[in-house]
Amino acid sequence: MAGAAAEGKNFLGVPVYRPRVAFFELSSCEGCQLQLLNNEATLLDFLSLVEVVNFREGMSGGTDDYEIAFVEGSVTRSDEVERLKKIRANAKVLVAFGSCACFGGVNQLKNRFSPDWVKKEVYGDHPVETSPARPLEDFVTIDLRIFGCPVKKEEVEKIVAGIAIGTAIAYPKYPVCMECKANGNICLFDVGEPCLGPVTRAGCDSWCPNNRAGCWGCRGPADDINIEQMISIMDKHGFTKDTIMDRLECFGGFAAYAGQLRESLNAEDRG
Amino acid sequence: MKINCDVNVHHLSRVEGHGNIKISIKDGQLRQATWEVVETPRFFEALLVGKKWDNAPWITGRICGICSIGHTLASIRAVENAFGILPTDQTKKLRLLLKHMETLQSHVLHLYFLAAPDFLNAGSVFPLIRSNPDVVARAAHLKKLANDICDCVGGRRMHPTRTVVGGFTMLPDKKELAGFRDRLSASVADLQATAELFSTFHIPDFSRETEFVSLKGAGDYPFIGGDLVSTDGVLKKESEYRQMTNEYMVEQSTSKWSRLSRQSFAVGALARVNNNFSFLHPAAQELSAGAGLTPVNHNPYMNNIAQLVECVHVVLDSIGLIEELLGSEWQEPRQPVTARAGTGVGAVEVPRGILYHSYDFDEAGHITKCDCIIPTSQNHANIQHDLTALASKFASEGIQDRNLELLAEMLVRSYDPCISCSVH
Repeated sequence: MAGAAAEGKNFLGVPVYRPRVAFFELSSCEGCQLQLLNNEATLLDFLSLVEVVNFREGMSGGTDDYEIAFVEGSVTRSDEVERLKKIRANAKVLVAFGSCACFGGVNQLKNRFSPDWVKKEVYGDHPVETSPARPLEDFVTIDLRIFGCPVKKEEVEKIVAGIAIGTAIAYPKYPVCMECKANGNICLFDVGEPCLGPVTRAGCDSWCPNNRAGCWGCRGPADDINIEQMISIMDKHGFTKDTIMDRLECFGGFAAYAGQLRESLNAEDRG
Repeated sequence: MKINCDVNVHHLSRVEGHGNIKISIKDGQLRQATWEVVETPRFFEALLVGKKWDNAPWITGRICGICSIGHTLASIRAVENAFGILPTDQTKKLRLLLKHMETLQSHVLHLYFLAAPDFLNAGSVFPLIRSNPDVVARAAHLKKLANDICDCVGGRRMHPTRTVVGGFTMLPDKKELAGFRDRLSASVADLQATAELFSTFHIPDFSRETEFVSLKGAGDYPFIGGDLVSTDGVLKKESEYRQMTNEYMVEQSTSKWSRLSRQSFAVGALARVNNNFSFLHPAAQELSAGAGLTPVNHNPYMNNIAQLVECVHVVLDSIGLIEELLGSEWQEPRQPVTARAGTGVGAVEVPRGILYHSYDFDEAGHITKCDCIIPTSQNHANIQHDLTALASKFASEGIQDRNLELLAEMLVRSYDPCISCSVH
């Protein structure tokens, strides 16, 4: 493989290996890839750390000779399964890049309905191929996950730098609430805003609550969480089960919990 | 000379999403020229059904990574129109400023990172980092400025956090806004340098008469809401958008297509400039005329120049907007929202053309029907007919495969298509 030591790049006196990196997208908004171009201040430094060999949205040409593959989006069609398997075979490290790749993302909201109804609602009788939206791990082995909708570019750079210089990648085990408190924000529950900060994995620096928008759980669950307790606290603050449900099921990271809550909602309806 | 030519581009690069170009010329006769869209649909219009109104802007913003702000604003406008909410002057100004900065960042991304490499004989912006470092630095500088202002006003440059039905969750800091006003003023020199760079590019000489559709300016260059207008004389209200977009299905595309007075029409920067030239800032008008862009221009490659003209307009208009915001006391950022049954339509001119969101709500504010009409889906038929005309022209004139491939790729890129958006 033709990866090269970055010109003049050293870490503790050791030349830094410059991995060959490829970006791919399945069903997605391509926003996670764009987040890299959106980080103008450090883009050039970042590009000196890796050799981008495949990035269709930004460059012509491309090759199957790469070491790290970042795959954005969820799987919703058979040709995407084939593409994904080929990428898996080529890559040493396969990174599920963003919430769609990790959990199905907003795309998986269509899985609430039958595929036939979904197709009819949008395309009428015109034939269209689609299957339920699934995360990458349902089809191939994933080496690394980068959470978020969108991904936080600082976190991406930290992880890629970690791969390049060979340090272990660690995710925060604690929830967004911890970061939010450390940032000195007022609790959004107290101003009437629903928020999944108590149960969502940190690492975004409480991006949404810093802007007085409640968390929608795009990074999925933290390590040890107590959903029942959060639901009961939200209930005390007057948030309806519907509202909590909308948040829990939005990005797919809390699918198991959302399923339970939906069952209990349905039971209440029947009761 | 009878020529033969084959072009087969699978997953065209330097555009958002997945499309293919196929051209076949045999003995000087055009056999095939096809613009295929193979993007996977994500079914946003179905997956929103049953969701409460506050989900709509949050989820539909995720239709697109490039124009998430435009989608969020169109969605918010549709909900507000359904519920009878009129945004305050302050909210209108902040939304327009945010919209302007999305336009600037998207146009700069397209002009420098996606389009310019073709004119500079490069496969991407990456080799230009070494060969044309000042050009790349200028692009990064302009894009960073636009994105920094989006962070400040919308909370986040992509999938914004502060933009909600009723207004904003938080207001920007006035000191920061004043700093941005100064940075915008300083960026005018960067835009002049951009114009000089583009004046050295050879814009392909190709025209095909078509219909141009955009929002209709009423005193100002239009970006958020209002009637639509076309160069063929069509005029419709915002709520009558379906009489303009007329979506239909075709075999060669997972995106729907549109037609109005002819077989196809175009939306986007060129359509806006063609329809609303007189509402552009005088400096933008001057740049436009100097670059050979006066209404009505039918060369699709000139959409690049139209985007450049709009960059100048939005920067100068944003300076004025910030002055107005700084000159008045902050009002309440957010109005209360009361849901009601009904239908609401929201139109926004996003970087690639007019975007419509429309929702039906039940009494509790749950969505019962959703319709999103994307600019690029409105452009697909026009791209197809341009491609046919371009290939026909060269079938008779003669051209090498590689040159036709490049011209065809540049044609599609000129529209700055957002393909995953168009399929959504």
